[in-house]
Amino acid sequence: MNGLRCCASAGCLARGSGALIGALETAISRAELGDRIQLRPVGCLGPCSQGPLLALDPDGDLYAGVGPQDAETLVAALARRLHQGSDQATPLEWAPARGERLDLRAPFFQRQRRIVLEHCGLIDPTDLEQAIAVGAYGQLERVLQGWSPERVLTELQRSGLRGRGGAGYPTGLKWATVARMPGARKVVVCNADEGDPGAFMDRAVLEGDPHRVLEGMAIAAYAVGADHGFIYIRAEYALAIERLRLAIDQAVRRGRLGPALFGTGFGFSVELRVGAGAYVCGEETALIASIEGKRGTPRPRPPYPAERGVGGKPTLINNVETLANVAPILREGADWFAAIGTAGSAGTKVFSLTGHVRRGGLVEVPMGTSLTTVVLEMGEGAPEGSAVKAVQTGGPSGGCVPADRLDTPLDYESLQALGTIMGSGGMVVLDQSTDMVALAAYFMAFCREESCGKCVPCRAGTVQLHGLLERILAGSASRADLDQLETLGAMVMDTSLCGLGQSAPKPMLSTLRYFRGDYLARLEAP
Amino acid sequence: MSVRTLRIDGRDVASGEGTTVLEAARDAGVAIPTLCHLEGLSPVAACRLCLVEIEGSNKLQPACITPVSEGMVVHTATPRLREIRRTVIELLFTEGNHVCAVCVANGHCELQDRAVDVGMDHARLPYRFPDRPVDLSHQRFGLDHNRCILCSRCVRVCDEVEGAHVWDMAWRGEHCRIIAGLDQPWGAVDACTDCGKCVMVCPTGALFHKGDSVAEKHEDPSRLAALLQARRARQEAP
Repeated sequence: MNGLRCCASAGCLARGSGALIGALETAISRAELGDRIQLRPVGCLGPCSQGPLLALDPDGDLYAGVGPQDAETLVAALARRLHQGSDQATPLEWAPARGERLDLRAPFFQRQRRIVLEHCGLIDPTDLEQAIAVGAYGQLERVLQGWSPERVLTELQRSGLRGRGGAGYPTGLKWATVARMPGARKVVVCNADEGDPGAFMDRAVLEGDPHRVLEGMAIAAYAVGADHGFIYIRAEYALAIERLRLAIDQAVRRGRLGPALFGTGFGFSVELRVGAGAYVCGEETALIASIEGKRGTPRPRPPYPAERGVGGKPTLINNVETLANVAPILREGADWFAAIGTAGSAGTKVFSLTGHVRRGGLVEVPMGTSLTTVVLEMGEGAPEGSAVKAVQTGGPSGGCVPADRLDTPLDYESLQALGTIMGSGGMVVLDQSTDMVALAAYFMAFCREESCGKCVPCRAGTVQLHGLLERILAGSASRADLDQLETLGAMVMDTSLCGLGQSAPKPMLSTLRYFRGDYLARLEAP
Repeated sequence: MSVRTLRIDGRDVASGEGTTVLEAARDAGVAIPTLCHLEGLSPVAACRLCLVEIEGSNKLQPACITPVSEGMVVHTATPRLREIRRTVIELLFTEGNHVCAVCVANGHCELQDRAVDVGMDHARLPYRFPDRPVDLSHQRFGLDHNRCILCSRCVRVCDEVEGAHVWDMAWRGEHCRIIAGLDQPWGAVDACTDCGKCVMVCPTGALFHKGDSVAEKHEDPSRLAALLQARRARQEAP
């Protein structure tokens, strides 16, 4: 049977895939081919910047820039081929009017290794049966029916999986810590408060394969001894919220979530908590406060959430992508996972490749892949007539990698050595036209706006730092102002209460490290 | 209670388990400046004035919430910490509109005292002169947001000691503001018992008695500890 998979994630929807799906439905029913062509809305297909994207089965072809005007010709071409009686042998003689058939031999596709996104773009995220058909909840069932929680913990620890939210804390160790805590009631939280500018990895996972995340949460709950979970998701992710709500409902009705799962004594329920627009609520102690219905402000750690989290109960907090790695690790084994990537950073990482790059979108590559590979080969470099100046990773908590250091492998330690971080996976490519001072000012304005206001250095320091950057941008700053910028930046990093303030000066200090000339050129003549 | 021995600025100190570094230092006669901290209220570690260096830790730790541990070596007044404290005070002064010469708390102000302690003779950062309101709707008290340093002592004392929870922190970042009730004029909030504890614990002239003129606010926030002690003694009396 012929199949059409059309991306119905936020990126392609914004580029008109909703209308395309509607037009295809009409065309298929008009041609009375509903039983021979299966049309499915799916999650992210990859090169978002070229959407709307449409994949054709069984050919495996991927078409970019497909519009509703193409529906009639596409269905006609499929009909012709069906009448010839050959489903697969002959390539389809069709091309979208303003789009193209993508060359899947391009590095953008060839260099990927899809583990987290393995089913993203293949299944209809609103259809639990399709997810189950490709193995969803299979690992949960297997674990519940024969594994001890300790065995799950050991497997996770051996896999070398580290937190994908940014800090890279060993996931197995985090699970084991929560598992060891006394207390009959524990909580598992999925942090889906993805808020870095330019980052949309977690959104794509939630929109494209929500059951994968729910399964990861349930396995985590079994391993640490929790019976209840929360997904904390930002309100801006309307589609992901809708799909998660549906996925939770479906899973409960189908006995994949809820009491006594798979005939065992283990039960696990999941609640959705929608944020109210505060970036700082991605910080785990602020996130906990927000789940509890309190003002979303961080508190000092210790006590860590593992000891005292939601409602005072021991709480495990993992990021979306971390949890999405759990099922494949258990399915294929810890050794398999540990062999992917580098010694210190196992597995793959999903990046959202954006900015001044010819081919942007969602990519998943093994850890240790170089930035050159991701940005210059897969992303095909800066647009015509320009060149890459730097790559920003880690959003407002990260920094820049200058063009001459693009050979850096993407792993936690290498990026840290350059003064930036892996972060959650936002990767913004900046070309020669980028004003690095303006970039630093942009990120400082972001932190100034998103500071919760609790501690003095972050609340008042970011304002002063932003003011100094504005002054440099206006060309009215002196050498002394630049010195003050660096001194105050270091002070805010050293003294702020939570990660937001502690990393707020990082994008600025990183641009000062690699592009000091951009700053000096703007200072007033002494 | 088991005892922990540690060193604070070269002095050997013995403190009970669970004691904070701040308490241990004060018992030993080592002064660590604070603003948001007040004995009798839950600690929030927000002002960052009490940050200290602890050997073996690369992060500065707030003394007000860090428990003492055996063999801990604490430095409370290194050049780095002095510079940080001065900057914190400067950030507070430049963020609000603190004009001592016309303030009710002049001469009895903790912010002013800390500025003297840290040697802040001038601000190296530009003053921001924010436009902030004054709430005089309460019969007996006033709230001048220009002088507020957002230490949240009033919020905590009203919630934790008086049990009225009149005050809250609203908005974010530089827009943070203390609000009464559901962001109502103070005088319109029925929950207020007019007890005046918020005025008593306010470190500056932000909360004041109506009728007080320049330098006439003579509150002593440390009275809170005495008040709580008296309350405990009465509750425990047969």
